[in-house]
Amino acid sequence: MTSEKSLNALRLAMPWLVTLVLFLLWELACIGFRIEEIVLPRPSRIFVVTLERWQILLEFCLQTLWTTVIGFGLAIVAGVLIGLAIGASPFVYSGLYPLLIAFNAVPKVAIVPILMIWLGVGPAPAIITAFVISFFPIVVNVATGLATIEPEMRDVMRSLGASNYEILTKVGIPRAMPYLFASLKVAITLAFIGSVIAETVGGNRGIGFLMLSAGARNDTATTFAGLFAIAIMGVLMYALCVAVEKRTTRWAFRGELVH
Amino acid sequence: MTPEMAAPLVELSGASLVYGREGEKTLALADATLSIGKGEFIAVVGPSGCGKSTLMKLVTGLLPATSGSVKVHGEVVRKPIKGVGMAFQNATLMPWRTTRDNILLPLEVVEPHKRRFRANRAEYVAKVEALLASVGLGGFGDKFPWQLSGGMQQRSNLCRALIHEPEILMLDEPFGALDAFTREELWSVLQNLWLERRFTTVLVTHDLREAVYLADTVYVMSRRPGRIILKRPIELPRPRTLEDTFKPGFVDIVHELRDCIHKEHA
Ligand SMILES: Nc1ncnc2c1ncn2[C@@H]1O[C@H](COP(=O)(O)OP(=O)(O)OP(=O)(O)O)[C@@H](O)[C@H]1O
Ligand SMILES: [Mg+2]
Repeated sequence: MTSEKSLNALRLAMPWLVTLVLFLLWELACIGFRIEEIVLPRPSRIFVVTLERWQILLEFCLQTLWTTVIGFGLAIVAGVLIGLAIGASPFVYSGLYPLLIAFNAVPKVAIVPILMIWLGVGPAPAIITAFVISFFPIVVNVATGLATIEPEMRDVMRSLGASNYEILTKVGIPRAMPYLFASLKVAITLAFIGSVIAETVGGNRGIGFLMLSAGARNDTATTFAGLFAIAIMGVLMYALCVAVEKRTTRWAFRGELVH
Repeated sequence: MTPEMAAPLVELSGASLVYGREGEKTLALADATLSIGKGEFIAVVGPSGCGKSTLMKLVTGLLPATSGSVKVHGEVVRKPIKGVGMAFQNATLMPWRTTRDNILLPLEVVEPHKRRFRANRAEYVAKVEALLASVGLGGFGDKFPWQLSGGMQQRSNLCRALIHEPEILMLDEPFGALDAFTREELWSVLQNLWLERRFTTVLVTHDLREAVYLADTVYVMSRRPGRIILKRPIELPRPRTLEDTFKPGFVDIVHELRDCIHKEHA
């Protein structure tokens, strides 16, 4: 009993322990090999800089966070709608899917300058970049969830006289839910990448901009502080997606708690 | 005699079905002619791949016949006929619904229940509970399908096929995946429900004892392309018991069907 409990506690503590050990090794390596701060700052130094500059960090974090979340939200709405259309209708599928694949293959860094010509400098390019980069996995997953309805399930519904709309709402959408939530975990991380790329290429606010300008001033410690800030936000949003997923699609795990 | 008794409920005349279009064509069912009276229980047996499932899909209108005609209530079937109850070999229950909600599904879809569903939910839930109890699943309504054993899932599947009191029940090897004891128990469950309600039933099965135990008429199909090669009325008295299945009269019929299928394989 107690050993099981302590094992569980250890399991929860593991990520923290591993992080701590990594930081320790990093710190020791920096000291041992006399690495200069401009090349690779020590974690303790990054920590200190974070505390010193927490106000600007927090402000720019929130900036990046809200642009990301808005872009992500738009991606969910558009991704679900297009995913449902593609998954439900072979006609829409054959028309849209090749285009989507072509679009997804375009490096998103390339579109930021265009967005800036259209929309100017500001939050809009970040929102849109977050949107375009995170929407594809959502579309693909939702469409897959719909397209893989068991034929028998469809036959049962059709023989009851269900309309296509009823088949979609009673079978298709619930079935696509776990696929949707699985894609959200990937998409939220991508959305952060999108908004930070936009801020880096041409923003005047946000963590990406902060990192770029700090890098230009040879303030490597601040750049790293920005990196950590993004990582932390990413992990938090990911955890949020997982929590929502577990609440809504418990059946997909057959009651097992998968971490 | 009422016209209903004179005209059979389901009538197939010369119905055949070809899968696939240009190039790879498979003739799955050839020239099937049979009629099913209202309230009749028929069983279809035959070698694997001979077109039994195809025959079921024709009768329910899930697939249109390539040639010949399928009539239900004297009308040619062109699209899925409404309100049929169906159960397959795998239970196809929805894992996101509890057993109770799974069984409520047909009531949410089939008229006139659909219209009354919201207002009369409690009444329908009571109906589901009663049906669950009659198949020995009383108290399991709150469980999710994946919390049930295979046999229990198959019982729920049967309940879902029956809850809306369909005129026609289609069973495609519903007990195929179960152990012998559960299977035999479900035979008697099904027989009791049928004796009570007399729904017209088409049962596809590989088990000859199951066919003879349950059916009024057994149809034997040939290898692909499937043709009906024998129509065997079973005139044993009902209710039939498991004991009966070991009695000479019963065993003789099973042997007769076996021989027929063996000749087909030779
Ligand atoms: N969707 C399909 N497309 C092409 N061919 C099919 C399709 N479904 C079935 N067939 C073919 O039609 C034939 C009859 O299939 P069917 O499923 O009706 O057989 P069955 O008698 O139900 O077999 P089993 O007892 O194994 O379930 C098979 O030879 C199969 O290859
Ligand atoms: Mg079959």
